[in-house]
Amino acid sequence: MRTELPGHQHEWLDDDAGPVVRPYTLTGGRVWPDGNGFDLVAYVLARPDPDLAAYPELHPEHRLLVELAGRGTPLVELAADLDLAVGVVRVLLGDLLSRGLVSVHQPPRATYLPDNDILKAVVDGLRAL
Amino acid sequence: MDSVRYDAERRGHVPIALKILIAGGFGAGKTTLVSALSEVRPLQTEEILTGAGVETDDLSGVETKSTTTVAMDFGRITINDDLQLYLFGTPGQDRFWFLWDELAFGALGAVVLADTRRLADCFPSIDYFEQRGIPFVVGVNCFDGSRRFSLDSVRRALDLDPEVPMVLCDARDRQSGKTVLISLVEHVARQRGEPVSAI
Ligand SMILES: Nc1nc2c(ncn2[C@@H]2O[C@H](COP(=O)(O)OP(=O)(O)OP(=O)(O)O)[C@@H](O)[C@H]2O)c(=O)[nH]1
Ligand SMILES: [Mg+2]
Repeated sequence: MRTELPGHQHEWLDDDAGPVVRPYTLTGGRVWPDGNGFDLVAYVLARPDPDLAAYPELHPEHRLLVELAGRGTPLVELAADLDLAVGVVRVLLGDLLSRGLVSVHQPPRATYLPDNDILKAVVDGLRAL
Repeated sequence: MDSVRYDAERRGHVPIALKILIAGGFGAGKTTLVSALSEVRPLQTEEILTGAGVETDDLSGVETKSTTTVAMDFGRITINDDLQLYLFGTPGQDRFWFLWDELAFGALGAVVLADTRRLADCFPSIDYFEQRGIPFVVGVNCFDGSRRFSLDSVRRALDLDPEVPMVLCDARDRQSGKTVLISLVEHVARQRGEPVSAI
């Protein structure tokens, strides 16, 4: 389990690095956390009553994420709400996941062939709009 | 407390979110269609673009110098409590292909918007979905003042498979956009061999 966030170490910033953009300070330059390819519509659900005080290393954005995911929210909506790039949110979610603060539910792989009842519900729903 | 019970009920219950891509050439009306259909304000988010950074395991951050972002449109249509459609406008430029892969992964299907003034602009989108076996329909976006072509002649020009539905549309119009989406979902269902439409 990661105990320290790279965002707190800045040795990767050298003179060539140019201005640091907030998202990259947040993730410490991490773009894609360890093999985490959370889908754009992966469903993120915060654990109820999370004890955020136990994790002083978390950034305010982590905390906002936990709050926003309280009712279960797809990743892309979290990114839009926080005005952060999707890749940054993936990294932050990786941090929260490793601390057990959220669960992330990937959509089923076979989503492109959902069963007929679902397709029918979609067509009916669209017609009724 | 009410909210606690609510949370407890929700746990273990994950609603289905279906992804639909809205593709097409530069200026074909992708953003317009996503906003016309979305139940919420047109939403936008960004994806990170890096050179090597996305591929490497060593994410020490050195690559961040070359990092930029690309904007992505998306919209949402709630069908019911358990089912939502997410529409994603694909970025128009070729150098963003990697983002297409991410968008297309697990997608239900795609709408390719064709602008009859610049038909060839949608060829790369059509190739992309054909090669990956992702079901798609073609929405022929009728811009004001553009010459009217018959759907047949557009189909020939696009060298489309006869099964691929083509629909005339106006990307600014919600009803028109709905018709395109319905034809896509019915097409997906036909590919499964189980028509969902009564007619
Ligand atoms: N007349 C007419 N105009 C349209 C239609 N769809 C889009 N437009 C206009 O065409 C312009 C381009 O539309 P966009 O939705 O921005 O196109 P886009 O595909 O998102 O463009 P890029 O993201 O730049 O590739 C806008 O000014 C729209 O208002 C349509 O169906 N009919
Ligand atoms: Mg656009």
